[in-house]
Amino acid sequence: MSAPASVRTGASTGQPLLRVEDLSVVFQRKREAATRAVDGVSFSVSPGQTLGLVGESGCGKSVTSLAIMGLLPKRGVQVSGRVLFEDRNLLELSDGELRDLRGAEIAMIFQDPLSALNPVIPIGIQVTEVLSRHRGMKGDVANAEAIDLLDRVGIPDPKRRLTEYAHQLSGGMRQRALIAMALACKPRLLIADEPTTALDVTIQAQILELLRELVVGSDTALVLITHDLGVVAGLCDTVHVMYAGRIIENAERREIFYRGRHPYTGGLLGSIPRLDAVRGEALHPIRGSARDAIPWSEGCAFAPRCDHVEDDCIGQPPSLSTIAGGHHLRCLHPLDRLPETEILETTG
Amino acid sequence: MSTGTSGAEQSPGGSAAAPGEVLLDVTGLKVYFPIRSGIFFDRTIGHVKAVDGVDLSVRRGETYGLVGESGCGKSTFGRGVLRLNEPTEGRVLFDGVDVATMNGENLRSMRRRMQMVFQDPLSSLDPRQNIESIMTEGMHAHGLGGGGSTRRTRITELLEAVGMSASALRRYPHEFSGGQRQRIGIARALAVEPDLIVADEPVSALDVSVQAQVINLLEELQGEFGLTYLVIAHDLAVVRHISDTVGVMYLGRLVEQASSDDLYAEPLHPYTRALMSAVPVPDPDIEDRRERILLAGDLPSPANPPTGCRFHTRCPWRQETRCDDDEPQLRELKTAVPDTTTAHAVRSGIAAAPHLVACHWAEDIRDGHIRAKSVEQVAADQGVYIAAEGGLDPAAVIGAGRDAV
Repeated sequence: MSAPASVRTGASTGQPLLRVEDLSVVFQRKREAATRAVDGVSFSVSPGQTLGLVGESGCGKSVTSLAIMGLLPKRGVQVSGRVLFEDRNLLELSDGELRDLRGAEIAMIFQDPLSALNPVIPIGIQVTEVLSRHRGMKGDVANAEAIDLLDRVGIPDPKRRLTEYAHQLSGGMRQRALIAMALACKPRLLIADEPTTALDVTIQAQILELLRELVVGSDTALVLITHDLGVVAGLCDTVHVMYAGRIIENAERREIFYRGRHPYTGGLLGSIPRLDAVRGEALHPIRGSARDAIPWSEGCAFAPRCDHVEDDCIGQPPSLSTIAGGHHLRCLHPLDRLPETEILETTG
Repeated sequence: MSTGTSGAEQSPGGSAAAPGEVLLDVTGLKVYFPIRSGIFFDRTIGHVKAVDGVDLSVRRGETYGLVGESGCGKSTFGRGVLRLNEPTEGRVLFDGVDVATMNGENLRSMRRRMQMVFQDPLSSLDPRQNIESIMTEGMHAHGLGGGGSTRRTRITELLEAVGMSASALRRYPHEFSGGQRQRIGIARALAVEPDLIVADEPVSALDVSVQAQVINLLEELQGEFGLTYLVIAHDLAVVRHISDTVGVMYLGRLVEQASSDDLYAEPLHPYTRALMSAVPVPDPDIEDRRERILLAGDLPSPANPPTGCRFHTRCPWRQETRCDDDEPQLRELKTAVPDTTTAHAVRSGIAAAPHLVACHWAEDIRDGHIRAKSVEQVAADQGVYIAAEGGLDPAAVIGAGRDAV
């Protein structure tokens, strides 16, 4: 059920809806060293566009999304930079103003739908809550709208589902219910944090199709946070690769997948067993694990794991420089070309 | 084993099969879990048929990949083979010996030869034991490795084989990263010199870069120690990469089995086709070109599986006759792509497994005599309503056959 690329890629050339500028998040606990989880991240998304934020666990992609939504705890967390939603800096809004925006203009979908849904309240009430809070709907009107929403996200027998609890739904149904809640007020910006990671592939295909329709059909801006480059390849217009809190490479998706230059991007692509790869080839993993990162102040955080590391990688942190239109790279010794995987040809 | 002797030569009582001979032979395996009800009277009101009649054989030196989605019974199958869950019915022959007839000491010593690697390395390693203690426990139990210092040398060698240093011995599981823990779990399994390793989702809890390290490690160890693997995973790309033969499970049954190359080149079962079409590929051009076969609805309950073909409630190719009431059995279909088969045999020294499929209409679907219905049609046929505002394109499924991968 894939739509041709031309339908959605670069669908909108309008003004960015969300502009994140130099966002940093520092966790500071008493008597402990500060942890810089997000370190000067900048990106922007326009309506009808899908932006992918990619990285492994601990790279700061989820903290970025929570900072945008204003969902990080106030104590022990310092957020700096600017998050501009149209002209308003979300980081400067009061809690009340943020509550008016969240759920109405900006919505979020989480990885684990079971913990994102309230286990002791029926699904229906959780959906109508959004409708009454932001759209002033009450009673039967709200119920009818909730049924319509569940119906739109492909939940069979929506009327019955309204009275059911989260534990009575399958994983895919729960994620649909969560998406229904996110769509209740036709948000202009949707942030999806690993929306399909907990789901089986056939259900994942259904959910991704739903998100794709949403972006194309209602001109929503989508920020997709994921570790799965396969999902990114099919859904995102631009891709930002994060490592240890910083964006290390970003570009339009074809540029990243075919002309990515950062050794980490290349390493990620070389690590994935492809369904269509010719068998017998060993994978090309990255050495070590994300734990081996060094602080950016001491040089390139990826240097300890990098196969192309040179002496000057340590000492001075590399800056994000432009290497082609819309392609930015944070690396002193980039790859000439990505390692190639031999793939099997498909007929037709 | 580190000195090059294979586990088979050392196995007491094992009629060491040569590479390519059947090591594990499972026939009609069923594992049912009772559903109980009532407070005073503990009545059994039904059974969850997690594994419902699976035939499968794994040859020595081969990697058999069992793939399927959550709830299909793949993990229970692995546990049933090792008798970690007692099979309800069926026969498991390990190296010619019926595992079900064994008990006590026999079973215990047989288990040395069949080890398991678990999905979550943190919960499968005792947090209060250090690595040395974790690794030697099995060797103690089976009287392997000689005295203290030889045993120490041996586990140091094993840790090196999985890419870790001897400094790990005195440390505890929480001090390691996920990838390192999985390496320890693999080293522990190797410590008792097994013939067969059942790996249940060995890499799914790991980050992609680390996942690739562990996959490569498993492949290296197989060559080094002459191991046979039964790898159970939900990720078809991982399974296809690592396995010689792939079995696809759906709702407690094996629906298709083929050599890894044949399965990719010519998936015959409608479920396999849908599964393959749903796996994302990290390549924008391919992602844009491929057609997805969307399935209607969710997995039916394994307590009350559909009659006939278990997949008929979601199958885009369901026919009016046979599918609903006649359960298809696995049968062999000659594959139309012989060149990949030869390449495969040359590589692993093991002949490609026959291509088996449990579908009445496999040939007609392959040859394009039957066309797929759209997801809405399937849903409507089954009385399940799937909404499709503005989007789910019915045309997308049609013609999504061979090119759907």
